[in-house]
Amino acid sequence: MYNPTVARLTWRALLGRRRALILCVLPALLLVVAAAVRAMNGADDAVTSQLLGGFALATLVPLIGVIAGTGAIGPEIDDGSVVYLLSKPVGRTSIIVTKLLVAAGTTAVFAAVPVLVAGFVLNGNSQQIAVAYAVAATVASLAYSALFLLLGTVSRHAVVIGLVYALIWEALIGSLVPGAKTLSVQQWALALAEKVAGSGADISSSVAVPTAVVLLAVVTGGGTLFAGQKLRTLTLAGEE
Amino acid sequence: MSPDQTPAPQATASGGAATAERGQNVIHNIGYRGYEGPRLGRSYARRALFSQSLRGTYGLGRSAKSKVLPLLLFAAVCIPAAILVAVAALTKAKELQVGYAEYVLLMQPLLGIYLAAAAPQAISMDLRFKTTPLYFSRPMERSDYVAAKYAALSAALFLFTAVPVLIMYIGALLAKLDFGDQTEGAVQGLVFCALFALLHAAIAAWIAALTPRRGFGVAAIIVAITVPYFLVSALQGIAWTSDNNGAIGWLGLGSPGTLLDGVQSRFLGGRSGFPDEQTLTGAQGAVYLVVLAALIVCFCTLLLRRYRKAGL
Repeated sequence: MYNPTVARLTWRALLGRRRALILCVLPALLLVVAAAVRAMNGADDAVTSQLLGGFALATLVPLIGVIAGTGAIGPEIDDGSVVYLLSKPVGRTSIIVTKLLVAAGTTAVFAAVPVLVAGFVLNGNSQQIAVAYAVAATVASLAYSALFLLLGTVSRHAVVIGLVYALIWEALIGSLVPGAKTLSVQQWALALAEKVAGSGADISSSVAVPTAVVLLAVVTGGGTLFAGQKLRTLTLAGEE
Repeated sequence: MSPDQTPAPQATASGGAATAERGQNVIHNIGYRGYEGPRLGRSYARRALFSQSLRGTYGLGRSAKSKVLPLLLFAAVCIPAAILVAVAALTKAKELQVGYAEYVLLMQPLLGIYLAAAAPQAISMDLRFKTTPLYFSRPMERSDYVAAKYAALSAALFLFTAVPVLIMYIGALLAKLDFGDQTEGAVQGLVFCALFALLHAAIAAWIAALTPRRGFGVAAIIVAITVPYFLVSALQGIAWTSDNNGAIGWLGLGSPGTLLDGVQSRFLGGRSGFPDEQTLTGAQGAVYLVVLAALIVCFCTLLLRRYRKAGL
């Protein structure tokens, strides 16, 4: 299921040139802010939760997920070079699974690791807050990668649709309509964080842990399967 | 000297002579005629580029598929305005629930997505398909191209924000709210729309001009607009919970969204979106205005510099 050549090509497409820069800027920003807040305020659990939950998990992880998930397959379909890959004797599902692993790995490296480091910088992992958010970020990055990889195979406007989902659905509608929170990757990941963190930590999710795990598995597995199906019947469209 | 030398009749010549003649450099007149009508010149080209770019940002003159997103987003910013007005009319309220400038700020995520979709379409695609050399081989100057594209993006964004403001204003008048208050608010709201459009269009146009890839441009613009906003909001929240209220105003300088929020709450009579609805002090207000002007000038200069180089 894992093809090293496809993985190598995807790595190079993802981290080549300026894409890597944008991927580095965001975590660097988080770490700088974490260091600045620690220097000004000292260690504080509430502040740590606020920064990791309000900025890192709500903005950083989805954005990096969009860039890595759609970037793993979108440009190839866009410029038509995917036909050279599809014409090789490599299963479509194994292409998707490889790309998913690479995208999830990239998201985890550029989102979950900085979250863990920022958590340690902010309050030295008191009440397991840093670990909890890092676990949430890892799980979320896997789900986001599957979701946005699927979007990349379905639509040419995957980046825009992914951003609409990440910004409008999760940030705006999720905060206004309580029911929408049940359908938000961020809340599922927060449910796991809530479980990992100490009881004094101010992490709350609107979804129960079993529901969250089931939904995460469904989205990740279903997204991968459907993306594989979609790649099997892919038609290359011209420019607009 | 005349280029239209008629070729020698070759049909009658013998084979050897014909190949010898064919080898000579002869320009054949095949009947094309030069253009002798009026030439519309530089300003016409600039206006045409402006109007075509403006239409393009709403998907007019493009395929049906590319009309979907701009028009959906346009509906999404207009409908809540109409609902607000309807609620005010039904409940016989004395004023609208949400101020004009405040409404524009509330719609920021939608505006950001619209801008991120429109700017690369207007600017990056010319780089990708290498149409810029075609523009610059015309009487048009580089500054004309930049001015036309920037003006088109600003106008598109202004329309996008001003139409809901006008809907709210007309609705407020129909609902017989106070005429003086509403007119003042709407004028301030329109000024705010203009400031919002000028700043955001400058940022988006510069980013879009850096990359020939549309997807990359879309992501970069969204990141540049939203990440600083969320970051500054989180930091302001932290400053507020740790009783560091003086810092909230200064932190607001860090992102386009909070910068404009500060300006509207200080100078345009809106409610502040900062923690505790804090407004700016006099010194902060002056710095905000200076930073706003400096940012617009700075991004326009960067944009011009981008197109100064030959062989983009």
